[in-house]
Amino acid sequence: MGISQDKNLIESSDKSSVPVNIGKINFIKKKCIIDAEDIDYKTLNSSIRIVISKKNNPDDFDILSKINTIELNNVLGQRYIGDGLQGKMRILINGIPGNDLAAFMDGPEIEVFGNVQDGVGNTMNSGRIIVHGSAGDILGYSMRGGEIYVKNNTGYRGGIHMKSYLEKFPVIVIWGKAGHFLGEYMAGGIIIVLGLNCSDGPVKSFYLFDDDEIVGNYIGTGMHGGKIFVRGEVADYKLGKEIIKSEIEKDDEKVIQKYLNNYFKFFGNNNKDNINFKDFIKLSPFSRRPYGKLYAY
Amino acid sequence: MVLKINQSEFEIDRDKEKCISCQVCVRQCSNDVHEYDESEGTVLSENSRCVGCHRCETLCPTGSIKIKQRVSEFKGNANWSAENMKNIYKQAETGGVILTGMGCDKPYPIYWDHILFNASQVTNPSIDPLREPMEIKTFIGRKPDKLEIKAVRESDGRILKFENNLEPQLELNIPVLFSAMSYGSISLNAVKSVAKAASEFGTFYNTGEGGLHKDLKCYKKNTIVQVASGRFGVDKDYLNSGAAVEIKIGQGAKPGIGGHLPGEKVNYDVSTTRMIPEGSDAISPAPHHDIYSIEDLAQLIYALKEATEYKKPVGVKVSAVHNVAPIASGIVRAGADFISIDGFRGGTGAAPQVIRDNVGIPIELALASVDIRLREEGIRHKVSLIVGGSIRSSADVIKAIALGADAVYIGTAALIALGCHLCQKCYTSKCNWGIATQDPYLTKRLNPEIGTRRLLNLLNAWSHEIKEMLGGAGINAIESLRGNREHLRGVGLNEKELSILGIKHAGEAW
Repeated sequence: MGISQDKNLIESSDKSSVPVNIGKINFIKKKCIIDAEDIDYKTLNSSIRIVISKKNNPDDFDILSKINTIELNNVLGQRYIGDGLQGKMRILINGIPGNDLAAFMDGPEIEVFGNVQDGVGNTMNSGRIIVHGSAGDILGYSMRGGEIYVKNNTGYRGGIHMKSYLEKFPVIVIWGKAGHFLGEYMAGGIIIVLGLNCSDGPVKSFYLFDDDEIVGNYIGTGMHGGKIFVRGEVADYKLGKEIIKSEIEKDDEKVIQKYLNNYFKFFGNNNKDNINFKDFIKLSPFSRRPYGKLYAY
Repeated sequence: MVLKINQSEFEIDRDKEKCISCQVCVRQCSNDVHEYDESEGTVLSENSRCVGCHRCETLCPTGSIKIKQRVSEFKGNANWSAENMKNIYKQAETGGVILTGMGCDKPYPIYWDHILFNASQVTNPSIDPLREPMEIKTFIGRKPDKLEIKAVRESDGRILKFENNLEPQLELNIPVLFSAMSYGSISLNAVKSVAKAASEFGTFYNTGEGGLHKDLKCYKKNTIVQVASGRFGVDKDYLNSGAAVEIKIGQGAKPGIGGHLPGEKVNYDVSTTRMIPEGSDAISPAPHHDIYSIEDLAQLIYALKEATEYKKPVGVKVSAVHNVAPIASGIVRAGADFISIDGFRGGTGAAPQVIRDNVGIPIELALASVDIRLREEGIRHKVSLIVGGSIRSSADVIKAIALGADAVYIGTAALIALGCHLCQKCYTSKCNWGIATQDPYLTKRLNPEIGTRRLLNLLNAWSHEIKEMLGGAGINAIESLRGNREHLRGVGLNEKELSILGIKHAGEAW
């Protein structure tokens, strides 16, 4: 362990500005390591905020402003990690973070070595979340930008009301399967579901069973923008009435390839050969105005 | 089928003697009611297009126009009103949902008008607010169970400052706030008027679900930013641009349903504040799909508190519905700092008429039952109550506070101050008064400087009236009136209504 020579300096001044108990925090080179065991979410999150605010407003004499990675160990259900954080920072999470991970987040990259719970990436604006496991319900609700990669499965209500705006373009890549209500009211961005076996992952999927189909019911209800790519067949009865099913086009292949390349970069490319673009279908809305004819004037 | 659905609701009575054919009415009407006939040199009117907004009547320089309600177009029928029949004709033709604007206009009981306020005589002298100080300042936010004040000392023992355990509070110079009206549903000039008036008077306005326009960021200290199910325009900067955050669950005019801002209203400016592409529908789902329970609500409240670093009060707005009291109790326990309750008469830019006129309950009953319930549970102090849904005068404000509100929201009243004539056609975006429209030709009719002044006048007038009524009752601080139902008496109400309101009937002494 190459502990920085600046360690004493950090311990004397900067550590005390972070609310977690001094014994729980360590600095190795440009990494800040926090042991989250027995720390409540409020203390943990305000510590992360202090580190990231120093990084956003750098001060040459402050070691904390040089930190580019925060590693959280023994995370066990602490909620709201990464909530509303802005700026560049890599946050590594060892354990299982609680609900609303990265809600309103705008910039940082979070990598979770474990499962995540509900509400991950809620109303996220930009940044990236990489999950080495499964995700719970309401993944990426209303997200406007940023990317979420999930190694295993996701629960219900994934990607509801995702929307894109100017350079903001939200993307969710799910290697395994997705539960019911995927992409409802979707207004922009893309969701890619591969339905591949992920039993080699570090954590067994906890939301869906092996015999569940690749996506659940009511997929894309109320959808009026964006695209969902599914690697496999989706029965017509599962589709929301606002969407059409079609084959993917050359442009779509390029988009899928781009995000799959990212995926392989994060998770390794053991399964690369399984992907054949012929297997994909595209779900997109009939109209950008699904309710245009609903009213009498 | 020969069935014209556009039978006119209004009749335009033009006095040919007075009309000088100046064509002001032609230029002012966005509904193309008036037309200049060049060959005859006269102005003609098409009654069927008139929405009854009275713009032409108000601006006619010779006073030659009079808009009249057209009566007896169908055979009289106490059961089948003309409105029922016309709606059926319209729906039989289009198959669509009937839209409307503003609040419910049906003759349900208005409890404010059955409640009377008290005054002192002999035993408790009344106070003259013109010669004695009268406190109507109000604080919105969670209050602690017990106030703790701690002295922070220097190393030599000198007291540096005092710290307390108060959570963030909003400070209002009058217990009246401007309710949520989004940029999109109303024009930028209308929002500017409201925002500037709030900032100059020392109260708050609410962005609604429309995001925050860059021209409004200078009023951030007086802004409540709203987070609704579509999360339009919501990002970290937006949350930081407000003094408080309000989660919108429901709206009095349309409880339980979402909203569809049609794509044609999403022009460039609206698209930038809502952060959606130009011309695309802005669809707010009926529920927040991340909130299916009180526990989920608590999660969003705390996600917002985390994102704003516990520096701002976070409130929840719900419509007044049958179960509002237990729902409010849940919202307090979920951690909200204030609850906004919107009665069924609350206004809207667009709602299905069937919902507006038939769903929800009166704010007076909702407020009384919520206040009593929270008191019974010993949690009333943990939350501030802001009520809206047709507060029409300072008398309604006083009565609301005596029934237990901390403050009131005004929306319709503020728009009326800006010129609204309640034609209820907000959803057409053709508002001749430049309020509920995005058409630049119409919006320039509302000058935000004049609008601000008119709103400030209204708030000033109401605060004088509130002080007069307080003084008359021998009270010199609005705090002493809050939930003080002994100052209210009902007239013409039955036992059940009185018991829900928690007031005595007029004639019953202490």
